Amino acid sequence: MTTRIDTRFAELAKQGRSAFVTFLMAGDPDPATSLAIIKALPKSGADVIEIGMPFTDPMADGPSIQAAGLRALKAGMTLKKTLELVRGFRKDDNATPIVLMGYYNPIYIYGVDKFLVDAKSAGVDGLIIVDLPPEEDDELCLPAMKAGLNFIRLATPTTDDKRLPAVLANTSGFVYYVSITGITGAAAADSSAVSEAVARIKRHTKLPVCVGFGIRTPETARAIASHANGAVVGTALVDALKNSLDAEGRATGKTVNAVAELTAALAQGVKGAQQAAE
Amino acid sequence: MNIAKPNSYRSGPDERGHFGIFGGRFVAETLMPLILDLEKAYTAAKADPAFQAEMNGYLKNYVGRPSPLYFAERLTEHLGGAKIYLKREELNHTGSHKVNNVLGQIMLARRMGKKRIIAETGAGQHGVATATLCARFGLECVVYMGAVDVERQQPNVIRMEMLGAKVMPVQSGTRTLKDAMNEALRDWVTNVHNTFYCIGTVAGPHPYPTLVRDFQSIIGNETKAQMQEVEGRLPDSLVACIGGGSNAMGLFHPFLDDPSVEIFGVEAAGHGLTQLHAASIAGGRPGVLHGNRTYLLMDADGQIQDAHSISAGLDYPGIGPEHSWLHEVGRVNYLSATDDEALAAFQLLSKLEGIIPALEPAHAIAKVMELAPKRPRDHLMVVNLSGRGDKDVPQVGDILRGKK
Repeated sequence: MTTRIDTRFAELAKQGRSAFVTFLMAGDPDPATSLAIIKALPKSGADVIEIGMPFTDPMADGPSIQAAGLRALKAGMTLKKTLELVRGFRKDDNATPIVLMGYYNPIYIYGVDKFLVDAKSAGVDGLIIVDLPPEEDDELCLPAMKAGLNFIRLATPTTDDKRLPAVLANTSGFVYYVSITGITGAAAADSSAVSEAVARIKRHTKLPVCVGFGIRTPETARAIASHANGAVVGTALVDALKNSLDAEGRATGKTVNAVAELTAALAQGVKGAQQAAE
Repeated sequence: MNIAKPNSYRSGPDERGHFGIFGGRFVAETLMPLILDLEKAYTAAKADPAFQAEMNGYLKNYVGRPSPLYFAERLTEHLGGAKIYLKREELNHTGSHKVNNVLGQIMLARRMGKKRIIAETGAGQHGVATATLCARFGLECVVYMGAVDVERQQPNVIRMEMLGAKVMPVQSGTRTLKDAMNEALRDWVTNVHNTFYCIGTVAGPHPYPTLVRDFQSIIGNETKAQMQEVEGRLPDSLVACIGGGSNAMGLFHPFLDDPSVEIFGVEAAGHGLTQLHAASIAGGRPGVLHGNRTYLLMDADGQIQDAHSISAGLDYPGIGPEHSWLHEVGRVNYLSATDDEALAAFQLLSKLEGIIPALEPAHAIAKVMELAPKRPRDHLMVVNLSGRGDKDVPQVGDILRGKK
């Protein structure tokens, strides 16, 4: 089964450039503003959109994304509303891939089978679930594949050659390489180490490899994108959103533009990169 | 609920760390290789007689084991029913059962060549035990503690700092044990190359629930032998308090296949089960958090809810996965005690036996006050006195003075 993710990476490969992947939290700072922001992303240069599913206890996230999740939950966001957000986005855009990213518990409580049906029909293309390693594949990964959704796995600096095949076995769409050992928004990635790691992963798979964690500026995005099939930026966008809010954490007239402008600048960085030869 | 009874209640978990549907390894990929290494290191250590011998030496001469099994004569007379024995874990070095597990994990960390130890703590008992053994073995120690708990358990914060540990107050979320655990996991994922996470209870990703249980089972094994010596038979019932559930699991596990032994776990009912509380089995349902599937307090969307207990050590919205399983198969009865009941028990034990319990086991004593009078005088009841109350003296003093 071909998803929007597969189609998008095939198009980009033809153009010889890397993907710019954005991450924002669903419902941050409120559901309506969140939809307006996500609708603005493709025009600003996002090739793939990751949307965070808010969770009270995001144990792999740094303070920025933790706070984004709490803002969303405070504004009444739920998993059901996250799917409505995707549905709202799909009204005007049937091409940009949407990947939901988060933690397993809200999906488990929603009910795995019902979630997969509802996510597929809302227009979700892939899932990244931080706390589901290959050892727990029968929980969600295998059912998701059956339902026609990509299950995108995280590979990390601690995933050695021996373990890599297990991590890649049921991965589809793309591989998300976490460039540092750490939480989101932490130290910057070192592009030569990233280049080596991506080459190592590519020896084991034909899937595109996108790199995230630690990319904040157009310059880093360009450096990383020149070694990978995509660069993911999350915390920097979430911070731009947060800085546009009023003292009570509410959206202002500047919020949508603040995110769109940074997206455009980062996208320019990625597009300036020479994609590494396959 | 109809779940087939297993042949043994002591054979779990399976090779993937499952107790029935509970347990598992729900962690970020970054941590997975280390968790697999830990499992290997633990299996090797268990098979190594030198490991056990070294541990026994420290348990005897450093921790002060075996801990006494003490007949609480005046409490027994006062309640007028079952003969009550206290398993005196509060007499261990560092003042609670926590040290049994920490010793085992620190010895594993040394075998694995890890020089930096991190831990989460609620009441501070696990933090103090970890800081103590890190001092003893010259290891760096960082303890994550919710800012609310830092406030209400000051004596333990001071102790940890005296022992050379760095105490990191956690400001995120509800600023209690759950958030301390999130923050410890964030540290671990960042410093995985040199850091060992010393988890304080029978929870977290496999193999933690198993290895913590095994290190704590010395409580139940000693109890069995001591009861045999003084009464010539098995006890009739066991009672222990449960936050994550390590002191309870340590007492219960060796008795799970003795069908004549009734077993009671006591969760913290806080202000009451219809209000804010920390009783995951009474008020929760199965979900996934902190590396395992288990009973959790959460809302309809799967968001984790705030727990509340007067006792920082029980103030956690989850419970160890093996307890969830023992609940579902019906081997252990899970009860709960409120803040007020625990406070009354705290005072009763102090006045009748001259033993000031920690607020955590005061919850167990509170249920003993209900269970013992309904049982005959030849009924032998063991309650795990898992920690001493020194750390709670300022907090309880304030509450009692405020009430008067």
